[in-house]
Amino acid sequence: MTKIKSLNDLRAIKANVEAKMNLRERSDAPEKLVQIKVAMATCGIASGAKIIMDYMVNELDKRHIPAVVSQTGCMGYCYAEPTIEVTLPGKEPIVFGYVTEKKADQIIEKYIINGELVEGIIPVNYESIDNK
Amino acid sequence: MATFKMHLLVCGGTGCRASESATLFQNLRAGIIQKGLENDVQVITTGCFGFCEKGPIVKVLPDNTFYTMVKPEDANEIIEEHIIKGRKVQRLLYVNPVTTEKVSDSKHMGFYRKQLRIALRNCGFIDPENIEESIAREGYAALGKCLTEMTPEQVIEMIKKSGLRGRGGGGFPTGLKWEITRASKADQKYVVCNADEGDPGAFMDRSILEGDPHSVIEAMAICGYCIQATKGLVYIRAEYPLAIERLKTAIKQAREYGLLGEDIMGSGFNFDIELRYGAGAFVCGEETALIHSMEGFRGEPTVKPPFPSVSGYLKKPTNVNNVETFANIPVIINRGAEWFSSIGTEKSKGTKVFALAGKINNVGLIEVPMGITLREVIYEIGGGIKDGKKFKAVQTGGPSGGCLTEKHLDTPIDYDNLIAAGSMMGSGGMIVMDEDDCMVSVAKFYLDFTVEESCGKCSPCRIGNKRLNEILEKICKGNGTMEDIALLRNLSSVVKDTALCGLGQTSPNPVLSTLDNFYDEYLAHIVDKKCPSGRCKALLQYFIDPENCVGCTACARNCPVNAISGERKGVHVIDSATCIKCGACMEKCKFNAVYIK
Repeated sequence: MTKIKSLNDLRAIKANVEAKMNLRERSDAPEKLVQIKVAMATCGIASGAKIIMDYMVNELDKRHIPAVVSQTGCMGYCYAEPTIEVTLPGKEPIVFGYVTEKKADQIIEKYIINGELVEGIIPVNYESIDNK
Repeated sequence: MATFKMHLLVCGGTGCRASESATLFQNLRAGIIQKGLENDVQVITTGCFGFCEKGPIVKVLPDNTFYTMVKPEDANEIIEEHIIKGRKVQRLLYVNPVTTEKVSDSKHMGFYRKQLRIALRNCGFIDPENIEESIAREGYAALGKCLTEMTPEQVIEMIKKSGLRGRGGGGFPTGLKWEITRASKADQKYVVCNADEGDPGAFMDRSILEGDPHSVIEAMAICGYCIQATKGLVYIRAEYPLAIERLKTAIKQAREYGLLGEDIMGSGFNFDIELRYGAGAFVCGEETALIHSMEGFRGEPTVKPPFPSVSGYLKKPTNVNNVETFANIPVIINRGAEWFSSIGTEKSKGTKVFALAGKINNVGLIEVPMGITLREVIYEIGGGIKDGKKFKAVQTGGPSGGCLTEKHLDTPIDYDNLIAAGSMMGSGGMIVMDEDDCMVSVAKFYLDFTVEESCGKCSPCRIGNKRLNEILEKICKGNGTMEDIALLRNLSSVVKDTALCGLGQTSPNPVLSTLDNFYDEYLAHIVDKKCPSGRCKALLQYFIDPENCVGCTACARNCPVNAISGERKGVHVIDSATCIKCGACMEKCKFNAVYIK
């Protein structure tokens, strides 16, 4: 890891990582990865997000589904923890709440594999500064 | 992959369900099956869209059509027209209230969403333990811009122009604070981040540190650049282990990337951050007490002036800002003061994060533009009151704040309006109460908290709050007199005027605001010896209705103090003198024969 020595260095890293993240998130190519974010702040972990994250990692691996599972902070849906956001290639991210191992299994089998939605969807109800 | 071509999302939130979304759901599903489309179109219920006013909501994927106020009988039209013929049902589309145009794609509806995430922009979006994801989302770009393209004066001017005010409670203009600290001459200055979040129910600072620690680190460095400080300290409560761990990881990564340390981005500016742990005392959120605690002394406040900006940590000029305040800084630098000040009200700019708690459906963390009304927060974002009960009040500002009631529902929320309404912004806890809550008990709850958390240094707070608490206790037990009300008011104003720090000066607020807004409840407790919401146990009596009692003996068998007598198949009676009012009989009775009066 080389140190960032100027604003240009920083911009180079930004461009590079942004490209990688965009590829993950917005690509239309079907062979691209499924991306899953698990809300892992204190609230999420207290409701079992760690177990769900491990479960997702193991199960996706077992079922040979190419996916990236990463942790993130609190999405604000405390009433519905644990929450996970699933982004299928070329689709809008969808947030599922009240995720148990059973629900996680359904999400993998139904949504990730078949594109069939399962109960517990939390609609996005905020605006990000990117659109402002 | 996907076998379904279309999805119909029907809102299953409380608001929409109240307007028959469940029947609508059944009709849609039945219609889909009738047309033999069940393998192509999926109908599913979702959580609240936060648009309860226009419910029931149906969203169609993948074309993002957003139908509002859909009735159960509209199901067939949606299926026939939209799904089969591919024509959107115009009359059900959302109408933009400003332009009166129909909005067919919900992506263009973003403007009408009530929430805007600035401080929480990266929470739930990036991996907080990966600095590169932060950088990809403009992390450290503002620091770079400040160090290479702006002078400290220009940065301060920008913050001042943005109108940003302290998010920890006081609402002091942030730019002005920076300017004053910059003007203080000293060989060493400090930037302190106040992460000693103590209001009951507020947890936005923790969420920011856990979800986006880099934004705070970046803003502290920017502050250091502006006030000429090379050292930053985060005062964080040891009760937040995950936030501490994430912050440590973030600081370590920032050092590895050269974004903390010496000669940051080749600008010659040095800055580094250390952590200081607090033991979780509420008073340590007060900046002088916080500084003493960091120095290793007892967490007790001292008289201001001198303000920390002149003489703070180790007697050096110190700039103390709250976590959420810092989290706003990089966005202001990146997007400009005008952009930021275009959001919010005249004197309160930008957004505020609130922690919604209590008797509300969507408990959680929300970020809304200043000037939004309480009604929008509770009914459009919060999904309304739990179990369809009636709204009574919302406590804002924690133990320092007051209650807002039905008459405040349409007041725009900002610093000044809240103070005018007898409450305050505080750090952003919002505890919603319904008709079952007793406001005298609520006032007492907060006084219990302040009595517990008072540091004891000054008499008004140490003794005055204790006495206030005792009077409230007396009223709740049914022993209050009308003189007690006068005494409450009097003592409250003395404590407010004479206490040393913010804790004491604001601690009588819950008493005063409940006295103002719920005087009737105090009267009921004192004159009628009744608690209208049935919360104050001392004022309740349990009875058995002889009409409903079948003599099953369930209540008598479950009474822990044998206060219920009666023959099998005969009417039972509760002995009030023995009854401890635990409610076990009421819970066990299957015939609704037990009641409270």
